[in-house]
Amino acid sequence: MVTENKKQAIYFLFFKSAAFLSVLILLFVLLYIFEEGVGAININFLTNMWSHRDITQGGILQAIVGTLFLAAGVSIISIPVGVCTAIHLNEYAKDNQFNRIIKLAIRNLAGVPSVIYGIFGLAFFAIFLKLGGSLISASLTLGCMTLPWIITASEEALKAVPFSFREGSYALGATKWQTIKRNVLPHSFSGMLTGSILGISRAMGETAPIIMVGATFFISGLPSSPFDKFMALPYHLFILATQHSSPYARQYALSTALVLVVLIFALNFGVFLWRYKLRKKKKW
Amino acid sequence: MRNHRDIKERIIKLFFSATSVTALVILVGIFLFLFITGIQAFGQITPAEFFLGSEWNPNAYEEPKWGILSLIIGTLMITIGALIMAIPVGLASAIYIAEIADSKTKEILKPVIEMIAGIPSVVLGLIGIVFLSPLIANFFGLNHGLNAFTSSAIVGIMVLPTIISISEDVLTSLPNEFREASLALGATKWQMIRMTLFPAALSGIAAAVMLGLGRAVGETMVVLMVAGNALAMPLSFFDPVRPMTANIAIEIKEVVKGSLHYETLFAIGFVLFIMTFIVNFISDIVIEKEMRKYKW
Repeated sequence: MVTENKKQAIYFLFFKSAAFLSVLILLFVLLYIFEEGVGAININFLTNMWSHRDITQGGILQAIVGTLFLAAGVSIISIPVGVCTAIHLNEYAKDNQFNRIIKLAIRNLAGVPSVIYGIFGLAFFAIFLKLGGSLISASLTLGCMTLPWIITASEEALKAVPFSFREGSYALGATKWQTIKRNVLPHSFSGMLTGSILGISRAMGETAPIIMVGATFFISGLPSSPFDKFMALPYHLFILATQHSSPYARQYALSTALVLVVLIFALNFGVFLWRYKLRKKKKW
Repeated sequence: MRNHRDIKERIIKLFFSATSVTALVILVGIFLFLFITGIQAFGQITPAEFFLGSEWNPNAYEEPKWGILSLIIGTLMITIGALIMAIPVGLASAIYIAEIADSKTKEILKPVIEMIAGIPSVVLGLIGIVFLSPLIANFFGLNHGLNAFTSSAIVGIMVLPTIISISEDVLTSLPNEFREASLALGATKWQMIRMTLFPAALSGIAAAVMLGLGRAVGETMVVLMVAGNALAMPLSFFDPVRPMTANIAIEIKEVVKGSLHYETLFAIGFVLFIMTFIVNFISDIVIEKEMRKYKW
């Protein structure tokens, strides 16, 4: 019995260290990027246009703006479709062949590698629909990619609304849509929004798909229409890290990475706080 | 009045079901675009040449070579390496979170692990280039550390969250009677985990590992930045490799639309799509079944 207990202690120690290894990895990544990246960060770096000749003179404004435009474009495309699909699946859908196929498609879509979305976007949006390499092609491509995440998050939010809310509304003679509109959506709205923001924040860090549909290392000025090519933070740091010859490229890649990571984690942290507040307010 | 309202309700319902078809249309669209473009490559090269040829050299002046075997092997090496590193750590973490940790520790660990999934892969690739590869080159005495081993380590980190969170879900879904019965027979907690919970959760855990495998196969940025991109057939884990995903990302921008090279890249994409589709499909069915098994 003693040996069994000893064995257990050793195994459990291993399990515990494994679990905390994840914490260490995350902390290390964040601290490393901060420590190495913070050096070149200053107001010029954040608000100046990229300087092609001497990279120490310019900033990454176009890349920051490009990534924000892209996030806006992806949101406009995938949030409405994702939310409507979730409403169908959670409120209307019966358990039949049609809906099972839709659900299967959504789950499999979530597993398609991002590079596949890239070549699909290239073939379909850029070439077939003649949108070229542009903000709109990239938004549509990433919109397809984020759709399954947004559907799943919105479904979760709808599921969190107690069934009694719906029953109460039906009992008062409301129709299905009146019930959804007045009793379900208001209570799931913030859940759907926060879930969608998390999905969009993941899309902001995607690089492989946008390589193929319009991200570029340098444009002069900010994109002025959805049909322009664009700069984006992840693509910018990728080129700096792998293909740039300047001796400062490594430093600037790390600083760009820091900006990207801060942007993404700020969104995540905001969502975390918002949800925490909501949970406190909830009375059911 | 009654009728008018019914029509409106029906239109709204139809609108929502129509939008929900979008996901299916995208999936079928991806399949068709890859298939139709990719299949055209086989008008000029044979499937044997494509799948079994070990040399990929589309730009050769004399005689271009279209064999993707070394790319497939690159993908497999990194995937297997990543899983070898991620499975022990992932399962141990899942067991700790599901069975051992108190609820406060759980509440810290779960979001932290989700945050790892939130780090952009290009950032992990950058850390691979500037931090991990010099370290590995020094440690093993290599010229440079951009090889299958280094990228396996980073891809291993990327698949950890998938393996941990799904295995944990599977373990948590096991009914408490299992635990109680086992402990009542005098088992220690570890004996209970090893002899009762683990066997009961085995197929679900296998599915979690398969989902991780699917993610590793499809990972692009890390392998593009850290795997070394060499086209030669790799002989060891310390050789640079070029997986299928990286090959598509490197070459797609330079090819002429409609050329044989363009078509072969889509054919590689199609192979990749089918591989991940099968893996995800199987693990999905297993997980679904597993989660329902003990709900009564």
